[in-house]
Amino acid sequence: MTGHATHTNTQNPFRKRRRPFEALVKAALFASGALSIATTVGLVVVLTQQALLFFFDPQVSLGEFLTGTAWQPQLGAFGIWPLILATLITSAIAMFVALPLGLACAIYLSEYASARVRGTIKPILEVLAGIPTVVFGYFALNFMTPLLRNVFGDATVQIFNQASAGIVVGILIIPLVSSLAEDAIHAVPQSLREAAYGMGATRLEVSTRVVLPAALSGITAAFVVAISRAIGETMVVAIAAGAAPRNFAFGDDSMLGFIVNPFLSGETMTGHIVRISGGDISYASIDYTSIFAIGLTLFVMTLTLNSISRRFVARFRETYE
Amino acid sequence: MSAGPGLKLDVKDFSELFPQGEDLQRQVGSRRRKEGWAKYLFVFVLMLAIGALATLLYTIINSAFGITAVVNQVEPDELVAAAGYDPAITALEELTYDDLVGLLQVNVSNGAGRRLERERRFYEDRLVWESPEIFAELCSSSEPPTGCDSAPRGHSDLLQMVNERIVEPTVLDAWTLFDSVTRREAIELEILSAEYQEDNPGARPEFRAWLSWQFITSPQNPDPELAGVRTAILGTLWVIAITIVFAFPVGVAAAIYLEEYAKPNRLNRMIQTNINNLAGVPSIIYGMLGLAIFVRALEPLTSGAVLAGDAPHLVENGRTVLSAGITLGLLILPIVIIASQEAIRAVPNSLRAAGLALGATRWQTIRKHILPVALPGILTGSILATARAMGETAPLVVVGASTFIVQDPTGPFSKFTVLPIQIFQWTTRPQVGFQEIAAAAILVLLALLLTMNATAVILRNRYSRSFK
Repeated sequence: MTGHATHTNTQNPFRKRRRPFEALVKAALFASGALSIATTVGLVVVLTQQALLFFFDPQVSLGEFLTGTAWQPQLGAFGIWPLILATLITSAIAMFVALPLGLACAIYLSEYASARVRGTIKPILEVLAGIPTVVFGYFALNFMTPLLRNVFGDATVQIFNQASAGIVVGILIIPLVSSLAEDAIHAVPQSLREAAYGMGATRLEVSTRVVLPAALSGITAAFVVAISRAIGETMVVAIAAGAAPRNFAFGDDSMLGFIVNPFLSGETMTGHIVRISGGDISYASIDYTSIFAIGLTLFVMTLTLNSISRRFVARFRETYE
Repeated sequence: MSAGPGLKLDVKDFSELFPQGEDLQRQVGSRRRKEGWAKYLFVFVLMLAIGALATLLYTIINSAFGITAVVNQVEPDELVAAAGYDPAITALEELTYDDLVGLLQVNVSNGAGRRLERERRFYEDRLVWESPEIFAELCSSSEPPTGCDSAPRGHSDLLQMVNERIVEPTVLDAWTLFDSVTRREAIELEILSAEYQEDNPGARPEFRAWLSWQFITSPQNPDPELAGVRTAILGTLWVIAITIVFAFPVGVAAAIYLEEYAKPNRLNRMIQTNINNLAGVPSIIYGMLGLAIFVRALEPLTSGAVLAGDAPHLVENGRTVLSAGITLGLLILPIVIIASQEAIRAVPNSLRAAGLALGATRWQTIRKHILPVALPGILTGSILATARAMGETAPLVVVGASTFIVQDPTGPFSKFTVLPIQIFQWTTRPQVGFQEIAAAAILVLLALLLTMNATAVILRNRYSRSFK
């Protein structure tokens, strides 16, 4: 409203009143919402800035960081692959556990279970989801590792090993996979199921040949989110997977068995960040800036996976809503 | 039924398409069997998931209680005899206050005694170790020790001191609860056997509940037998208080903005997408944000240096309760926002329309009509988010929780440790006793989380009204 218009309209009872308090409230609420943008900007700026300091250090080159297969800060070797490798191995093991179990739980809960069984099982899965990850770390070290060592022998399985950490990370993301997959299954229209039952299909046939294909994009989204979660999981791997990067070299035949052996110890990206920042760390040291370079890598990986997942979710929403 | 237009079926006999007779029986039978097997498989998988939870709880409880082999530096009976009583009649606990002070005088070095006395006096009217002149001088100095104005120690305090400093029980071995129940006699015999006694003279079996009232109320200690979680519990409560004070108002405000004010333009869509993205960022990354911004860049604010003014010696660095609380606040902010948005979205539009139609402004409608209805949902979501923050470990390790502090946190600028950090530290120690106290600390943490979740469920059930 212009100043002139305000003057001429002072007598108009239907003029829109100015409400400075309302505007103030709106501004404050907007500021709270915008804080999330500030957080993201902060994350990106902090990670990039410290990572740049790391890459501009004379000891480091970006090429070596992205392709190197040894992470030995004392020797000036900063190749991220040993850390990524351990992350991939633990996450892959976790997915082998979480995907089939989580999906089976979701199918059972949505297609088979009676309301009463559902009412009992769902809270139990929620309890599992609410247990802090450090507790799962304790569980990995004090239950899963001794179990693996009993089964496969102490000589095969190291005390700190990626298999134990991976399996327990898998257990801890079962509820996540299960609840996201259930959401996707719920979005499948009831009419599809009824049509299949009408043709005489059994419950298993309806679940696996009608419901699962129809919910596929949503289930894929759930899997991708679960992978992202497994990659970012920290405490279990910090406690149970090992505390030294597993350096390797290409071209050596015996290395392949070493690279993929899950019973050896290995340090993941998250595990390394925790170990380095948990000690006394000088802000000027290359150790300090190096964890930000690792953090940036982790951030980019999880962000990519989460956006892929959102694409899949958008697709199944489009199909059925 | 007729086939649709343009569709012609050439099949004269439909039986060609479907199995008949025995074939049909076989096919139906095999499908039924598969169905039966599948059901068992699903139930088995579900049992596996629930079994994992049960095993987890069993593993923890199994470690938190059990028989231990304990050896004392000095036997309590010897002390009773030294104080002039018959050990057969009198127990250490029954000695008088003066007797216990006497025992300490004999067995504790003068330096240690003076330190104890400066911390807290033994008698109101006289000093045991310290000379009155020096003590008076200390008390009139600019930084008087705590012993100057606090009340004298009590009997139980003294008894604990005698136990810690003279008896000094050490746990040599610990057995699980399962073993302690099923093989109790065998374990006791093993401890008392000649072989075991040769290596560890004086060792005796003792059932120990690692989770005990003493464990909950004692401060941190490098000895697992004496360590407790009081400092960690208080640290957790302080950090969570800051987290709530920060995340709850900001989160609810952001949710109100997005649900009630935001027009579907590009900026607001970006904010919404951004919040969803933030919810998927690994917690350890938030720790790095907290380390770089709150601990380092904003150190003068988060360490309390700005407010300290005349007492700069009290300020250490930015690794404080405040930094940790805000870091966790940022971490759970997206969860609080999303939960609050859902609660606000569930409020029927008729309430909004009614408020606005009566001439209320938008904010009046929100404050008087929408928020009261949405509040139970908002609270439930926020409490669950807070419970998540309470169990977070990784971001706080990165922000720099102190792993060993004996002093209770007293405010936002205190150094701190929290329960999950304490559990992490103890879990990584291989010496006897640390896995056991880690298990006990886990039980304390789970009890706290259970309380919070139960509150959330009760709130949801009691206050949720439906408008259908």
